[in-house]
Amino acid sequence: MTTRDLSRPRRPSSLQNRLQLGDWTFRTLTGLAGLVAMAVIVGAFYELGSQAWPAIKHGGISVLWDTSWNPGRQEFGVGVFVIGTLITSMFALVAATIIAVLVSLFLVEVAPGYISRPVSYLIELLAAIPSVVYGLWGIFVMGVFVRDHFGPVVVSTFGWIPIFDGTPLITGLFSACVILTVMILPTVMAVSRDVIAAVPRSQREGLMALGATRWEMIRLTVLPYARSGVMGAAILGLARAVGETLAVTLVIGNSVRIPDNIFSPAYTMASVIANQFPEATGLHQSALIEVALILLAITFIINIVARLLVWKVTGGHRAVVQE
Amino acid sequence: MTETQTTPSTMQVPPPPVVRAALGATVPVAKEAPPITIELRDVSAFYGKKLAVSGVSMSIRAHSVTALIGPSGCGKSTLIRTINRMHEFAPGARVEGSIIVDGVNIYGPGIDPARVRQRIGMVFQKPNPFPTMSIADNVAAGLRFMGIRSKSELRDRVESALKRAALWDEVKNDLKKPGIAISGGQQQRLCIARAIAVEPDIVLMDEPCSALDPIATLKIEDLMRELARDYTIVTVTHNMQQAARVSDQTAFMLMDPGDLAGHLVEYGPTSDIFTNPKDSRTEDYISGRFG
Ligand SMILES: Nc1ncnc2c1ncn2[C@@H]1O[C@H](COP(=O)(O)OP(=O)(O)O)[C@@H](O)[C@H]1O
Ligand SMILES: [Mg+2]
Repeated sequence: MTTRDLSRPRRPSSLQNRLQLGDWTFRTLTGLAGLVAMAVIVGAFYELGSQAWPAIKHGGISVLWDTSWNPGRQEFGVGVFVIGTLITSMFALVAATIIAVLVSLFLVEVAPGYISRPVSYLIELLAAIPSVVYGLWGIFVMGVFVRDHFGPVVVSTFGWIPIFDGTPLITGLFSACVILTVMILPTVMAVSRDVIAAVPRSQREGLMALGATRWEMIRLTVLPYARSGVMGAAILGLARAVGETLAVTLVIGNSVRIPDNIFSPAYTMASVIANQFPEATGLHQSALIEVALILLAITFIINIVARLLVWKVTGGHRAVVQE
Repeated sequence: MTETQTTPSTMQVPPPPVVRAALGATVPVAKEAPPITIELRDVSAFYGKKLAVSGVSMSIRAHSVTALIGPSGCGKSTLIRTINRMHEFAPGARVEGSIIVDGVNIYGPGIDPARVRQRIGMVFQKPNPFPTMSIADNVAAGLRFMGIRSKSELRDRVESALKRAALWDEVKNDLKKPGIAISGGQQQRLCIARAIAVEPDIVLMDEPCSALDPIATLKIEDLMRELARDYTIVTVTHNMQQAARVSDQTAFMLMDPGDLAGHLVEYGPTSDIFTNPKDSRTEDYISGRFG
């Protein structure tokens, strides 16, 4: 018995070798994948940068805040598009996140299963509807409603505040904000519902057993627990909002003018590329590629800022665990 | 009482501690009101259509430790959760019968379950301190629900609860640290402190030691004995030595093969249950023949 056991010293070392080999393969594969991802991003920046170079040389850095875009006169200020993109996507981000959290809380904490299950399923289905459908709905249903009903009421009630004093049309900044909100809502909602549902039962019960009301329980355990996940969901939605092209192009009005009220027609970066690229040549084309480059940079920055934000929020959590 | 009776050596179970039931009457620690008993009258608990606990009637003595024992799945957790109306927190869960605490049926009309839970604390199987709150805030959580806002009062009551939970000396310099930054045994004592900070009448404990090591378990057991001076303790355990060590009364539950629901088989002073059970099923269980 003993001698046989002693005569197998190679066993552990061969096992060790195999683990190391697996480890090496895994690390190499994931490392390669990471490199490919980096290469794609760097390549995209480089390709766009080189094609945009003539326009960058022509306009310099000031195009970023310059608001006159007039290809005929070789003026390529992108300020209007940047503003349009930022306003619409920020509005959508905030509105969709608030609605998503409220609906998720209702579905997870309040609604009985026979309501929450079908509703959750419907929400997931909404995420699969193509942009053009949203865009057409935006024009023929929502836009008309904004022009005929919602807009006039807002103007007559809040018209004394400058940003609400405008002429409601079918298309415009407000319509674009709403359509973007509706479009990113399913994604944000689906993720935040899962995150809220994943809050441990033991935490909920711990608070309820102390005599908390349902709302206190939500405020003190569900929301803190779900916070980082909900922010992740919001980032997903934001990424889609910033890049969304078709539906926004249909409803935003496409006007190169700084919007001065919520009903003004406006323009986004993605829309101007979609609208003008097919006919653009020379410097105009290069300027549109510059817009794409800026859009890419903005997406990049938003992602980094958002990630830092999540870190900051969850950082509290992590420090909590380690301390 | 039977506390003077010697345990037959064949049982190999330590004799129960001096039964403190009498203490409840003779040592009025910070409580002048008459001790509060719990009376279960024909309590049945359902999960949807499934009957989990059937027709339990028992009267739980104030200022003593009552242990619920029985094999896994016999409805111990379900029954203990009916006593502070936590049972209904499970979707579709429902209770029939009545539970009289301090003369009031907690399942009566117009009773606010949140208020019931303020007076009947609960400690869970797995320590569940709130990770986003500091140690002090964990203990203060229930006080805040009661509407206590004064900083000094909160501080005093947090300190006194931590002392009574035998945790103060270990955490007094770390009160700002998160509630999960301490060991499992300390976390469970933190949960006990959290439960007693609101000065409940009753503390329910559902297998409070099952996730802890033996030393931490002994600390909690000592604490349960200590707390029984001021509080009525009901605990679930499937460790029979523990029941024998800490409890004054023991209730033995079993799932009935007929309706697949938990029934109360036998209930009485712990020494009687362990040395002289009346029901043969109790004897089979405590002598380790099944379960
Ligand atoms: N949330 C629940 N939903 C449905 N059935 C449950 C639930 N919790 C417990 N049960 C059932 O109720 C019975 C009693 O469970 P429980 O009270 O947890 O037993 P014990 O604590 O004695 O192990 C078991 O048959 C169990 O499957
Ligand atoms: Mg249990």
